[in-house]
Amino acid sequence: MTGWLDGLVERWPQMGPNLWWGTLDTLYMVGWSTFFTALFGLPLGVLLVTTDERGLTPAPAVRALLSAVVNVGRSLPFIVLMVAVLSLTRLLTGTTLGPTAAIVPLSIGAIPFYARLVETALREVGRDVVDAAQAMGARRIVIVGKVLLPEALPGLIAGLVMTVVTLVSYSAMAGAIGGGGLGDLAIRYGYQRFDDYYLWATVILLVLVVQVVQSVGDVLVRRVSHR
Amino acid sequence: MSKHATPSGGNVINAVDLHKVYQLKGREVVALRGVSLHVPQGEIYGVVGPSGAGKSTLLRCINLLERPDRGEIWVDGRNLTALPPPQLRAARRGIGMIHQHFALLSSRTVAGNVAFPLEIAGVPRAERRRRVAELLELVGLADKAAAYPAQLSGGQKQRVGIARALAPRPTVLLSDEATSALDPATTASILDLLRDLNRELGLTILLITHEMDVVKRICDAVAIMDRGSVVETGRTVDLLRTPGSLLARSLFAPPPVSGDGVVTLTWVDQAEEPLISQLTRLFDVDVSILGGALEEVAGHAVGRLTVRITGERSAEALTYLTDRNVLVEEVP
Ligand SMILES: Nc1ncnc2c1ncn2[C@@H]1O[C@H](COP(=O)(O)OP(=O)(O)OP(=O)(O)O)[C@@H](O)[C@H]1O
Ligand SMILES: [Mg+2]
Repeated sequence: MTGWLDGLVERWPQMGPNLWWGTLDTLYMVGWSTFFTALFGLPLGVLLVTTDERGLTPAPAVRALLSAVVNVGRSLPFIVLMVAVLSLTRLLTGTTLGPTAAIVPLSIGAIPFYARLVETALREVGRDVVDAAQAMGARRIVIVGKVLLPEALPGLIAGLVMTVVTLVSYSAMAGAIGGGGLGDLAIRYGYQRFDDYYLWATVILLVLVVQVVQSVGDVLVRRVSHR
Repeated sequence: MSKHATPSGGNVINAVDLHKVYQLKGREVVALRGVSLHVPQGEIYGVVGPSGAGKSTLLRCINLLERPDRGEIWVDGRNLTALPPPQLRAARRGIGMIHQHFALLSSRTVAGNVAFPLEIAGVPRAERRRRVAELLELVGLADKAAAYPAQLSGGQKQRVGIARALAPRPTVLLSDEATSALDPATTASILDLLRDLNRELGLTILLITHEMDVVKRICDAVAIMDRGSVVETGRTVDLLRTPGSLLARSLFAPPPVSGDGVVTLTWVDQAEEPLISQLTRLFDVDVSILGGALEEVAGHAVGRLTVRITGERSAEALTYLTDRNVLVEEVP
Protein backbone atom coordinates (compact mmCIF):
# COMPACT_ATOMS: atom_id res chain seq x y z
CA MET A 1 0.00 0.00 0.00
CA THR A 2 2.78 2.39 0.87
CA GLY A 3 4.95 1.00 -1.90
CA TRP A 4 4.38 3.94 -4.19
CA LEU A 5 5.32 6.36 -1.44
CA ASP A 6 8.61 4.59 -0.92
CA GLY A 7 9.26 4.85 -4.64
CA LEU A 8 8.55 8.57 -4.53
CA VAL A 9 10.79 9.18 -1.52
CA GLU A 10 13.54 7.25 -3.24
CA ARG A 11 13.28 9.32 -6.44
CA TRP A 12 12.66 12.68 -4.88
CA PRO A 13 16.25 13.97 -4.52
CA GLN A 14 16.58 13.83 -8.31
CA MET A 15 12.96 14.12 -9.38
CA GLY A 16 12.11 17.15 -7.22
CA PRO A 17 14.61 19.53 -8.84
CA ASN A 18 13.85 18.08 -12.27
CA LEU A 19 10.17 18.87 -11.88
CA TRP A 20 10.95 22.30 -10.50
CA TRP A 21 13.20 23.26 -13.40
CA GLY A 22 10.88 21.61 -15.88
CA THR A 23 7.98 23.69 -14.62
CA LEU A 24 10.04 26.86 -14.78
CA ASP A 25 11.11 26.02 -18.34
CA THR A 26 7.49 25.48 -19.33
CA LEU A 27 6.43 28.79 -17.76
CA TYR A 28 9.35 30.53 -19.46
CA MET A 29 8.43 29.17 -22.90
CA VAL A 30 4.73 29.80 -22.47
CA GLY A 31 5.31 33.25 -20.98
CA TRP A 32 7.47 34.57 -23.78
CA SER A 33 5.38 32.90 -26.47
CA THR A 34 2.28 34.50 -25.00
CA PHE A 35 4.00 37.86 -25.12
CA PHE A 36 4.96 37.50 -28.78
CA THR A 37 1.59 36.05 -29.64
CA ALA A 38 -0.21 39.03 -28.17
CA LEU A 39 2.27 41.43 -29.75
CA PHE A 40 1.70 40.13 -33.27
CA GLY A 41 -1.65 38.36 -33.01
CA LEU A 42 -3.56 41.39 -31.75
CA PRO A 43 -2.66 43.73 -34.65
CA LEU A 44 -3.17 40.88 -37.08
CA GLY A 45 -6.66 40.27 -35.70
CA VAL A 46 -7.43 44.01 -35.85
CA LEU A 47 -6.31 44.13 -39.48
CA LEU A 48 -8.46 41.12 -40.34
CA VAL A 49 -11.46 43.11 -39.13
CA THR A 50 -10.66 46.60 -40.40
CA THR A 51 -9.61 45.51 -43.90
CA ASP A 52 -12.96 43.79 -44.33
CA GLU A 53 -15.21 45.11 -47.11
CA ARG A 54 -17.50 46.74 -44.53
CA GLY A 55 -14.64 47.56 -42.18
CA LEU A 56 -12.97 50.82 -41.22
CA THR A 57 -10.21 50.56 -43.84
CA PRO A 58 -11.57 48.30 -46.57
CA ALA A 59 -8.80 46.51 -48.44
CA PRO A 60 -10.12 43.19 -49.77
CA ALA A 61 -6.81 42.13 -51.32
CA VAL A 62 -4.87 42.69 -48.10
CA ARG A 63 -7.51 40.88 -46.13
CA ALA A 64 -7.51 37.90 -48.48
CA LEU A 65 -3.74 37.65 -48.16
CA LEU A 66 -3.72 37.93 -44.36
CA SER A 67 -6.53 35.46 -44.08
CA ALA A 68 -4.71 32.96 -46.29
CA VAL A 69 -1.52 33.26 -44.23
CA VAL A 70 -3.49 32.78 -41.02
CA ASN A 71 -5.22 29.73 -42.44
CA VAL A 72 -1.93 28.14 -43.41
CA GLY A 73 -0.62 28.68 -39.89
CA ARG A 74 -3.83 27.29 -38.41
CA SER A 75 -3.92 24.17 -40.56
CA LEU A 76 -0.36 22.94 -39.90
CA PRO A 77 -0.17 20.45 -37.04
CA PHE A 78 2.11 21.99 -34.43
CA ILE A 79 4.64 19.18 -34.58
CA VAL A 80 5.01 19.71 -38.34
CA LEU A 81 5.25 23.47 -37.95
CA MET A 82 8.01 23.07 -35.44
CA VAL A 83 10.11 21.13 -37.92
CA ALA A 84 9.19 23.45 -40.78
CA VAL A 85 10.48 26.56 -39.00
CA LEU A 86 13.71 25.02 -37.71
CA SER A 87 15.91 27.18 -39.88
CA LEU A 88 14.12 30.32 -38.80
CA THR A 89 14.49 29.22 -35.21
CA ARG A 90 18.22 28.80 -35.67
CA LEU A 91 18.42 32.20 -37.35
CA LEU A 92 16.63 33.95 -34.49
CA THR A 93 18.02 32.12 -31.47
CA GLY A 94 21.22 30.50 -32.71
CA THR A 95 20.05 27.05 -31.74
CA THR A 96 17.18 24.60 -32.29
CA LEU A 97 17.29 23.04 -28.85
CA GLY A 98 16.14 24.22 -25.47
CA PRO A 99 13.32 26.41 -24.19
CA THR A 100 14.47 29.61 -25.87
CA ALA A 101 14.49 27.95 -29.28
CA ALA A 102 11.00 26.60 -28.61
CA ILE A 103 9.63 30.12 -28.25
CA VAL A 104 9.89 30.66 -32.00
CA PRO A 105 7.67 27.80 -33.21
CA LEU A 106 5.34 28.26 -30.24
CA SER A 107 4.76 31.93 -31.12
CA ILE A 108 4.41 31.21 -34.82
CA GLY A 109 1.89 28.49 -34.06
CA ALA A 110 -0.14 30.60 -31.64
CA ILE A 111 -0.20 33.93 -33.50
CA PRO A 112 -2.70 32.84 -36.19
CA PHE A 113 -4.75 31.04 -33.56
CA TYR A 114 -5.00 34.15 -31.41
CA ALA A 115 -5.52 36.42 -34.43
CA ARG A 116 -8.71 34.51 -35.29
CA LEU A 117 -9.90 34.78 -31.71
CA VAL A 118 -9.21 38.52 -31.78
CA GLU A 119 -11.12 38.80 -35.04
CA THR A 120 -14.12 37.02 -33.54
CA ALA A 121 -14.04 39.19 -30.41
CA LEU A 122 -13.86 42.42 -32.43
CA ARG A 123 -16.74 41.36 -34.67
CA GLU A 124 -18.90 41.12 -31.57
CA VAL A 125 -18.63 44.87 -31.14
CA GLY A 126 -21.84 46.38 -32.45
CA ARG A 127 -21.83 48.18 -35.78
CA ASP A 128 -23.78 50.98 -34.16
CA VAL A 129 -21.12 51.96 -31.62
CA VAL A 130 -18.61 52.22 -34.45
CA ASP A 131 -21.13 54.33 -36.36
CA ALA A 132 -21.67 56.47 -33.29
CA ALA A 133 -17.95 57.13 -32.91
CA GLN A 134 -17.65 57.93 -36.60
CA ALA A 135 -20.58 60.30 -36.34
CA MET A 136 -18.74 62.09 -33.52
CA GLY A 137 -15.86 62.74 -35.86
CA ALA A 138 -13.47 60.13 -34.44
CA ARG A 139 -10.47 59.16 -36.52
CA ARG A 140 -10.16 55.52 -37.43
CA ILE A 141 -7.18 54.88 -35.19
CA VAL A 142 -9.16 56.38 -32.31
CA ILE A 143 -12.09 54.10 -33.11
CA VAL A 144 -9.78 51.08 -32.92
CA GLY A 145 -8.12 52.26 -29.72
CA LYS A 146 -11.09 53.70 -27.86
CA VAL A 147 -14.03 51.70 -29.19
CA LEU A 148 -13.13 48.37 -30.74
CA LEU A 149 -10.42 47.21 -28.34
CA PRO A 150 -11.99 48.37 -25.04
CA GLU A 151 -15.40 47.05 -26.04
CA ALA A 152 -13.91 43.70 -27.00
CA LEU A 153 -11.59 43.50 -23.99
CA PRO A 154 -13.38 40.63 -22.20
CA GLY A 155 -13.28 38.59 -25.42
CA LEU A 156 -9.66 39.51 -26.05
CA ILE A 157 -8.65 38.33 -22.59
CA ALA A 158 -10.73 35.16 -22.80
CA GLY A 159 -9.08 34.46 -26.16
CA LEU A 160 -5.64 35.03 -24.71
CA VAL A 161 -6.37 32.61 -21.88
CA MET A 162 -7.44 30.02 -24.42
CA THR A 163 -4.22 30.70 -26.32
CA VAL A 164 -2.08 30.27 -23.21
CA VAL A 165 -3.75 26.95 -22.47
CA THR A 166 -3.04 25.85 -26.03
CA LEU A 167 0.55 27.05 -25.65
CA VAL A 168 0.97 24.89 -22.54
CA SER A 169 0.00 21.84 -24.56
CA TYR A 170 2.15 22.93 -27.53
CA SER A 171 5.07 23.46 -25.14
CA ALA A 172 4.77 19.87 -24.00
CA MET A 173 5.00 18.83 -27.64
CA ALA A 174 8.00 21.10 -28.10
CA GLY A 175 9.56 19.20 -25.24
CA ALA A 176 9.35 16.05 -27.31
CA ILE A 177 11.89 17.37 -29.77
CA GLY A 178 14.25 18.86 -27.29
CA GLY A 179 12.46 21.99 -26.17
CA GLY A 180 12.82 21.25 -22.48
CA GLY A 181 10.11 21.74 -19.88
CA LEU A 182 7.54 19.33 -18.46
CA GLY A 183 6.85 17.71 -21.82
CA ASP A 184 10.53 16.86 -22.11
CA LEU A 185 10.48 15.20 -18.68
CA ALA A 186 7.38 13.20 -19.53
CA ILE A 187 8.97 11.90 -22.70
CA ARG A 188 12.42 11.22 -21.38
CA TYR A 189 11.49 9.56 -18.10
CA GLY A 190 7.86 8.63 -18.49
CA TYR A 191 7.92 7.30 -22.03
CA GLN A 192 11.49 6.22 -22.72
CA ARG A 193 12.21 4.84 -19.21
CA PHE A 194 8.67 3.72 -18.35
CA ASP A 195 8.80 5.71 -15.11
CA ASP A 196 5.16 6.24 -14.10
CA TYR A 197 6.19 8.57 -11.29
CA TYR A 198 7.47 11.12 -13.77
CA LEU A 199 4.52 10.60 -16.07
CA TRP A 200 1.94 11.30 -13.37
CA ALA A 201 3.90 14.13 -11.79
CA THR A 202 4.16 15.99 -15.09
CA VAL A 203 0.48 15.38 -15.82
CA ILE A 204 -0.48 16.81 -12.45
CA LEU A 205 1.76 19.83 -12.90
CA LEU A 206 0.45 20.58 -16.42
CA VAL A 207 -3.12 20.34 -15.18
CA LEU A 208 -2.27 22.68 -12.32
CA VAL A 209 -0.69 25.24 -14.63
CA VAL A 210 -3.75 25.18 -16.90
CA GLN A 211 -6.10 25.46 -13.93
CA VAL A 212 -4.27 28.47 -12.51
CA VAL A 213 -4.12 30.21 -15.91
CA GLN A 214 -7.81 29.59 -16.53
CA SER A 215 -8.89 30.77 -13.07
CA VAL A 216 -6.84 33.95 -13.22
CA GLY A 217 -8.21 34.55 -16.72
CA ASP A 218 -11.80 34.05 -15.60
CA VAL A 219 -11.36 36.53 -12.78
CA LEU A 220 -9.84 39.09 -15.15
CA VAL A 221 -12.62 38.65 -17.70
CA ARG A 222 -15.24 39.10 -15.04
CA ARG A 223 -13.54 42.21 -13.76
CA VAL A 224 -13.41 43.98 -17.15
CA SER A 225 -16.83 42.87 -18.34
CA HIS A 226 -19.65 45.36 -17.81
CA ARG A 227 -22.23 43.88 -20.16
CA MET B 1 -46.90 72.74 -48.87
CA SER B 2 -43.79 74.60 -48.00
CA LYS B 3 -41.67 75.96 -50.78
CA HIS B 4 -38.26 74.45 -51.21
CA ALA B 5 -35.68 76.91 -50.04
CA THR B 6 -32.39 77.41 -51.77
CA PRO B 7 -29.30 76.06 -50.01
CA SER B 8 -28.58 77.73 -46.69
CA GLY B 9 -31.44 80.29 -46.85
CA GLY B 10 -32.41 80.16 -43.15
CA ASN B 11 -32.08 76.39 -43.06
CA VAL B 12 -29.67 74.48 -40.92
CA ILE B 13 -29.88 71.36 -43.05
CA ASN B 14 -30.21 71.38 -46.80
CA ALA B 15 -30.05 68.08 -48.57
CA VAL B 16 -30.22 68.58 -52.29
CA ASP B 17 -31.21 65.90 -54.77
CA LEU B 18 -29.69 62.92 -52.98
CA HIS B 19 -29.32 59.65 -54.83
CA LYS B 20 -28.13 56.44 -53.28
CA VAL B 21 -28.00 52.98 -54.77
CA TYR B 22 -26.84 49.91 -52.85
CA GLN B 23 -25.38 46.87 -54.52
CA LEU B 24 -26.80 43.83 -52.82
CA LYS B 25 -25.52 40.53 -54.16
CA GLY B 26 -25.27 41.97 -57.67
CA ARG B 27 -28.76 43.40 -57.38
CA GLU B 28 -29.29 47.15 -57.24
CA VAL B 29 -31.38 48.56 -54.44
CA VAL B 30 -32.31 52.19 -54.94
CA ALA B 31 -32.51 53.66 -51.46
CA LEU B 32 -32.79 57.35 -52.39
CA ARG B 33 -34.00 58.64 -55.71
CA GLY B 34 -33.58 62.38 -55.71
CA VAL B 35 -34.43 63.37 -52.16
CA SER B 36 -34.28 67.00 -51.09
CA LEU B 37 -34.89 68.12 -47.55
CA HIS B 38 -34.76 71.57 -46.00
CA VAL B 39 -34.81 71.90 -42.26
CA PRO B 40 -35.14 75.41 -40.82
CA GLN B 41 -33.20 76.48 -37.73
CA GLY B 42 -34.89 75.51 -34.48
CA GLU B 43 -37.45 73.10 -35.91
CA ILE B 44 -38.22 69.57 -34.93
CA TYR B 45 -38.52 67.93 -38.29
CA GLY B 46 -39.91 64.43 -38.63
CA VAL B 47 -39.32 61.92 -41.39
CA VAL B 48 -41.88 59.16 -41.62
CA GLY B 49 -42.68 56.44 -44.08
CA PRO B 50 -42.98 52.70 -44.49
CA SER B 51 -40.12 50.30 -43.81
CA GLY B 52 -37.52 50.37 -46.54
CA ALA B 53 -38.55 53.85 -47.70
CA GLY B 54 -34.99 55.11 -47.25
CA LYS B 55 -35.38 57.08 -44.03
CA SER B 56 -32.30 55.71 -42.30
CA THR B 57 -30.28 56.05 -45.47
CA LEU B 58 -31.30 59.70 -45.69
CA LEU B 59 -30.35 60.37 -42.08
CA ARG B 60 -27.01 58.61 -42.44
CA CYS B 61 -26.33 60.70 -45.51
CA ILE B 62 -26.80 63.91 -43.54
CA ASN B 63 -23.60 63.32 -41.53
CA LEU B 64 -22.05 61.31 -44.36
CA LEU B 65 -21.94 58.02 -42.51
CA GLU B 66 -23.27 57.01 -45.90
CA ARG B 67 -21.98 58.94 -48.89
CA PRO B 68 -24.70 59.69 -51.45
CA ASP B 69 -23.93 58.76 -55.05
CA ARG B 70 -25.17 62.17 -56.11
CA GLY B 71 -26.38 65.37 -54.48
CA GLU B 72 -25.16 67.79 -51.86
CA ILE B 73 -25.53 68.09 -48.13
CA TRP B 74 -25.28 71.46 -46.47
CA VAL B 75 -25.26 71.70 -42.70
CA ASP B 76 -24.83 75.02 -40.98
CA GLY B 77 -23.87 76.70 -44.24
CA ARG B 78 -21.13 74.20 -45.11
CA ASN B 79 -21.17 71.78 -47.99
CA LEU B 80 -20.25 68.55 -46.22
CA THR B 81 -20.03 66.60 -49.45
CA ALA B 82 -17.13 68.80 -50.54
CA LEU B 83 -15.13 68.70 -47.30
CA PRO B 84 -11.85 66.77 -47.02
CA PRO B 85 -11.77 64.17 -44.21
CA PRO B 86 -10.27 66.31 -41.40
CA GLN B 87 -12.76 69.12 -41.92
CA LEU B 88 -15.57 66.60 -42.27
CA ARG B 89 -14.66 65.10 -38.90
CA ALA B 90 -14.68 68.59 -37.39
CA ALA B 91 -18.05 69.35 -38.98
CA ARG B 92 -19.49 66.11 -37.60
CA ARG B 93 -18.89 67.42 -34.08
CA GLY B 94 -21.57 69.97 -34.83
CA ILE B 95 -24.05 67.20 -35.61
CA GLY B 96 -25.23 65.06 -32.72
CA MET B 97 -26.79 61.69 -33.29
CA ILE B 98 -28.93 59.41 -31.16
CA HIS B 99 -29.62 55.79 -31.96
CA GLN B 100 -32.45 53.31 -31.67
CA HIS B 101 -30.38 50.91 -29.57
CA PHE B 102 -28.49 53.72 -27.83
CA ALA B 103 -25.04 52.68 -29.11
CA LEU B 104 -23.40 53.30 -25.75
CA LEU B 105 -19.95 51.93 -24.95
CA SER B 106 -20.54 49.09 -22.50
CA SER B 107 -16.96 49.35 -21.27
CA ARG B 108 -17.40 52.93 -20.07
CA THR B 109 -19.42 54.40 -17.27
CA VAL B 110 -22.22 56.84 -17.95
CA ALA B 111 -19.81 59.73 -17.35
CA GLY B 112 -17.22 58.07 -19.59
CA ASN B 113 -19.74 57.74 -22.39
CA VAL B 114 -20.74 61.39 -22.21
CA ALA B 115 -17.10 62.41 -22.09
CA PHE B 116 -16.25 60.34 -25.15
CA PRO B 117 -17.07 62.90 -27.87
CA LEU B 118 -15.22 65.51 -25.84
CA GLU B 119 -12.12 63.31 -25.75
CA ILE B 120 -12.38 62.97 -29.50
CA ALA B 121 -12.61 66.73 -29.83
CA GLY B 122 -9.54 67.17 -27.64
CA VAL B 123 -11.28 68.97 -24.79
CA PRO B 124 -9.02 69.14 -21.68
CA ARG B 125 -9.86 66.81 -18.83
CA ALA B 126 -10.99 69.43 -16.31
CA GLU B 127 -13.37 71.01 -18.77
CA ARG B 128 -14.64 67.58 -19.82
CA ARG B 129 -15.49 66.76 -16.25
CA ARG B 130 -17.37 70.02 -15.77
CA ARG B 131 -19.33 69.61 -19.00
CA VAL B 132 -20.22 65.99 -18.24
CA ALA B 133 -21.60 66.95 -14.83
CA GLU B 134 -23.62 69.74 -16.42
CA LEU B 135 -25.06 67.42 -19.10
CA LEU B 136 -25.95 64.63 -16.69
CA GLU B 137 -27.76 67.25 -14.63
CA LEU B 138 -29.59 68.39 -17.75
CA VAL B 139 -30.87 64.90 -18.60
CA GLY B 140 -31.60 64.05 -14.98
CA LEU B 141 -28.96 61.38 -14.46
CA ALA B 142 -26.52 63.13 -12.14
CA ASP B 143 -26.71 60.24 -9.69
CA LYS B 144 -25.84 57.64 -12.34
CA ALA B 145 -22.48 59.05 -13.41
CA ALA B 146 -20.52 56.03 -12.16
CA ALA B 147 -23.00 53.39 -13.37
CA TYR B 148 -22.39 51.25 -16.43
CA PRO B 149 -24.93 51.22 -19.27
CA ALA B 150 -25.88 47.60 -18.50
CA GLN B 151 -27.22 48.81 -15.15
CA LEU B 152 -29.62 51.34 -16.70
CA SER B 153 -33.15 51.12 -18.06
CA GLY B 154 -33.83 51.81 -21.70
CA GLY B 155 -35.05 55.32 -21.01
CA GLN B 156 -31.99 56.09 -18.90
CA LYS B 157 -29.72 54.73 -21.62
CA GLN B 158 -31.33 57.02 -24.16
CA ARG B 159 -30.85 59.96 -21.82
CA VAL B 160 -27.18 59.11 -21.71
CA GLY B 161 -27.25 58.91 -25.50
CA ILE B 162 -28.79 62.36 -25.64
CA ALA B 163 -26.30 63.82 -23.15
CA ARG B 164 -23.48 62.34 -25.19
CA ALA B 165 -24.85 63.75 -28.42
CA LEU B 166 -25.16 67.20 -26.86
CA ALA B 167 -21.69 67.23 -25.30
CA PRO B 168 -19.87 69.00 -28.15
CA ARG B 169 -22.68 71.61 -28.34
CA PRO B 170 -24.04 70.59 -31.74
CA THR B 171 -26.41 72.77 -33.70
CA VAL B 172 -28.23 69.78 -35.11
CA LEU B 173 -29.44 66.55 -33.56
CA LEU B 174 -30.17 63.52 -35.73
CA SER B 175 -32.35 60.78 -34.31
CA ASP B 176 -33.10 57.45 -35.94
CA GLU B 177 -36.01 55.77 -34.18
CA ALA B 178 -34.68 56.96 -30.84
CA THR B 179 -37.81 55.95 -28.98
CA SER B 180 -38.73 52.78 -30.87
CA ALA B 181 -37.15 50.51 -28.28
CA LEU B 182 -38.94 52.23 -25.39
CA ASP B 183 -42.33 51.80 -23.76
CA PRO B 184 -44.98 54.52 -24.23
CA ALA B 185 -44.41 56.32 -20.92
CA THR B 186 -40.64 56.39 -21.42
CA THR B 187 -41.12 57.48 -25.02
CA ALA B 188 -43.20 60.40 -23.79
CA SER B 189 -40.54 61.50 -21.32
CA ILE B 190 -37.79 61.28 -23.94
CA LEU B 191 -39.91 63.29 -26.39
CA ASP B 192 -40.55 65.91 -23.73
CA LEU B 193 -36.82 66.11 -23.12
CA LEU B 194 -36.17 66.59 -26.83
CA ARG B 195 -38.85 69.27 -26.97
CA ASP B 196 -37.27 71.09 -24.02
CA LEU B 197 -33.81 70.92 -25.58
CA ASN B 198 -35.23 72.20 -28.81
CA ARG B 199 -36.80 75.17 -27.03
CA GLU B 200 -34.07 75.96 -24.55
CA LEU B 201 -31.01 75.44 -26.72
CA GLY B 202 -32.56 76.30 -30.06
CA LEU B 203 -31.46 72.86 -31.15
CA THR B 204 -32.62 71.76 -34.58
CA ILE B 205 -33.76 68.13 -34.52
CA LEU B 206 -34.21 65.85 -37.50
CA LEU B 207 -35.91 62.72 -36.35
CA ILE B 208 -36.98 59.55 -38.03
CA THR B 209 -39.83 57.60 -36.65
CA HIS B 210 -42.46 55.11 -37.63
CA GLU B 211 -44.64 56.12 -34.71
CA MET B 212 -47.33 58.64 -35.63
CA ASP B 213 -47.58 59.51 -31.96
CA VAL B 214 -44.08 60.96 -32.14
CA VAL B 215 -45.07 63.19 -35.04
CA LYS B 216 -48.19 64.29 -33.25
CA ARG B 217 -46.36 65.08 -30.11
CA ILE B 218 -43.36 67.08 -31.22
CA CYS B 219 -42.85 67.51 -34.95
CA ASP B 220 -43.20 71.07 -36.27
CA ALA B 221 -42.79 69.81 -39.80
CA VAL B 222 -42.66 66.47 -41.54
CA ALA B 223 -41.50 64.78 -44.69
CA ILE B 224 -43.20 61.58 -45.71
CA MET B 225 -41.02 59.18 -47.64
CA ASP B 226 -41.96 56.25 -49.80
CA ARG B 227 -39.74 54.05 -51.92
CA GLY B 228 -36.78 56.39 -51.92
CA SER B 229 -38.65 59.65 -52.50
CA VAL B 230 -40.16 62.37 -50.41
CA VAL B 231 -43.85 62.27 -51.30
CA GLU B 232 -45.12 65.00 -48.96
CA THR B 233 -43.52 67.75 -46.92
CA GLY B 234 -44.79 70.66 -44.95
CA ARG B 235 -45.56 72.03 -41.54
CA THR B 236 -47.51 69.52 -39.54
CA VAL B 237 -50.56 71.69 -38.89
CA ASP B 238 -50.70 72.88 -42.50
CA LEU B 239 -50.65 69.33 -43.79
CA LEU B 240 -53.55 68.41 -41.56
CA ARG B 241 -55.56 71.15 -43.27
CA THR B 242 -54.48 70.04 -46.74
CA PRO B 243 -57.14 68.04 -48.55
CA GLY B 244 -56.11 64.44 -49.11
CA SER B 245 -52.86 64.79 -47.20
CA LEU B 246 -51.07 61.55 -46.43
CA LEU B 247 -50.20 62.86 -43.00
CA ALA B 248 -53.81 63.37 -42.00
CA ARG B 249 -54.68 59.96 -43.35
CA SER B 250 -52.00 58.29 -41.28
CA LEU B 251 -52.53 60.40 -38.17
CA PHE B 252 -56.24 59.83 -37.88
CA ALA B 253 -58.31 56.71 -37.97
CA PRO B 254 -60.33 56.41 -41.18
CA PRO B 255 -63.93 57.66 -40.98
CA PRO B 256 -66.12 55.04 -39.33
CA VAL B 257 -68.82 55.20 -42.00
CA SER B 258 -69.32 56.49 -45.48
CA GLY B 259 -72.29 57.40 -47.59
CA ASP B 260 -74.39 60.30 -48.78
CA GLY B 261 -73.75 63.52 -46.94
CA VAL B 262 -70.93 62.10 -44.84
CA VAL B 263 -67.96 64.44 -44.49
CA THR B 264 -64.99 64.73 -42.22
CA LEU B 265 -64.24 68.12 -40.74
CA THR B 266 -60.77 69.08 -39.59
CA TRP B 267 -59.93 72.25 -37.77
CA VAL B 268 -56.97 73.59 -35.87
CA ASP B 269 -57.01 75.71 -32.70
CA GLN B 270 -60.66 76.76 -32.83
CA ALA B 271 -62.06 74.36 -30.30
CA GLU B 272 -64.07 77.07 -28.56
CA GLU B 273 -66.11 78.04 -31.59
CA PRO B 274 -69.59 76.54 -31.48
CA LEU B 275 -69.48 75.51 -35.15
CA ILE B 276 -71.99 72.70 -35.10
CA SER B 277 -74.68 74.61 -33.31
CA GLN B 278 -74.13 77.54 -35.66
CA LEU B 279 -74.68 75.21 -38.61
CA THR B 280 -77.97 73.86 -37.38
CA ARG B 281 -79.15 77.34 -36.48
CA LEU B 282 -78.01 79.21 -39.59
CA PHE B 283 -78.77 76.65 -42.29
CA ASP B 284 -81.46 74.55 -40.72
CA VAL B 285 -79.59 71.30 -41.33
CA ASP B 286 -79.40 68.13 -39.26
CA VAL B 287 -75.96 67.15 -38.12
CA SER B 288 -75.34 63.64 -36.84
CA ILE B 289 -71.97 63.00 -35.32
CA LEU B 290 -70.55 59.67 -36.41
CA GLY B 291 -67.16 59.81 -34.84
CA GLY B 292 -64.34 62.09 -33.98
CA ALA B 293 -61.62 63.21 -31.69
CA LEU B 294 -59.85 66.27 -30.47
CA GLU B 295 -56.12 65.80 -30.43
CA GLU B 296 -53.03 67.73 -29.59
CA VAL B 297 -50.71 67.82 -32.59
CA ALA B 298 -47.36 69.60 -32.37
CA GLY B 299 -48.76 71.92 -29.73
CA HIS B 300 -51.96 72.68 -31.61
CA ALA B 301 -55.46 71.46 -30.81
CA VAL B 302 -56.69 69.61 -33.86
CA GLY B 303 -60.31 68.55 -34.13
CA ARG B 304 -61.44 65.85 -36.47
CA LEU B 305 -65.10 64.98 -36.78
CA THR B 306 -66.99 62.67 -39.08
CA VAL B 307 -70.57 63.89 -39.50
CA ARG B 308 -73.57 63.40 -41.72
CA ILE B 309 -75.19 66.68 -42.73
CA THR B 310 -78.68 66.50 -44.15
CA GLY B 311 -81.03 69.26 -45.17
CA GLU B 312 -81.90 71.53 -48.11
CA ARG B 313 -79.04 73.91 -47.44
CA SER B 314 -76.27 71.41 -46.58
CA ALA B 315 -74.10 72.64 -49.47
CA GLU B 316 -74.24 76.17 -48.06
CA ALA B 317 -73.39 74.84 -44.65
CA LEU B 318 -70.24 73.19 -46.00
CA THR B 319 -69.19 76.41 -47.74
CA TYR B 320 -69.69 78.24 -44.45
CA LEU B 321 -67.41 75.76 -42.69
CA THR B 322 -64.77 76.06 -45.40
CA ASP B 323 -64.88 79.83 -45.00
CA ARG B 324 -64.32 79.40 -41.31
CA ASN B 325 -61.05 77.62 -42.01
CA VAL B 326 -62.45 74.14 -41.49
CA LEU B 327 -61.17 71.50 -43.89
CA VAL B 328 -64.14 69.65 -45.32
CA GLU B 329 -63.54 66.32 -47.01
CA GLU B 330 -66.24 64.15 -48.52
CA VAL B 331 -66.14 60.52 -47.52
CA PRO B 332 -66.84 58.62 -50.70
N1 LIG C 1 -26.01 48.84 -46.33
C1 LIG C 1 -26.97 48.49 -47.19
N2 LIG C 1 -26.73 47.60 -48.16
C2 LIG C 1 -27.68 47.25 -49.02
N3 LIG C 1 -28.93 47.74 -49.02
C3 LIG C 1 -29.24 48.62 -48.07
C4 LIG C 1 -28.29 49.05 -47.10
N4 LIG C 1 -28.88 49.94 -46.28
C5 LIG C 1 -30.14 50.06 -46.72
N5 LIG C 1 -30.37 49.28 -47.79
C6 LIG C 1 -31.63 49.18 -48.55
O1 LIG C 1 -32.05 50.48 -48.87
C7 LIG C 1 -33.45 50.61 -48.70
C8 LIG C 1 -33.74 51.72 -47.74
O2 LIG C 1 -33.30 51.32 -46.46
P1 LIG C 1 -33.46 52.21 -45.15
O3 LIG C 1 -32.79 51.47 -44.05
O4 LIG C 1 -33.01 53.58 -45.45
O5 LIG C 1 -35.02 52.19 -44.95
P2 LIG C 1 -35.88 52.79 -43.72
O6 LIG C 1 -36.87 53.72 -44.30
O7 LIG C 1 -34.98 53.30 -42.67
O8 LIG C 1 -36.62 51.50 -43.20
P3 LIG C 1 -37.00 51.08 -41.70
O9 LIG C 1 -38.24 51.83 -41.34
O10 LIG C 1 -37.28 49.61 -41.80
O11 LIG C 1 -35.84 51.39 -40.83
C9 LIG C 1 -33.95 49.26 -48.27
O12 LIG C 1 -34.44 48.59 -49.41
C10 LIG C 1 -32.73 48.58 -47.73
O13 LIG C 1 -32.83 47.19 -47.93
MG1 LIG D 1 -34.48 52.71 -40.66
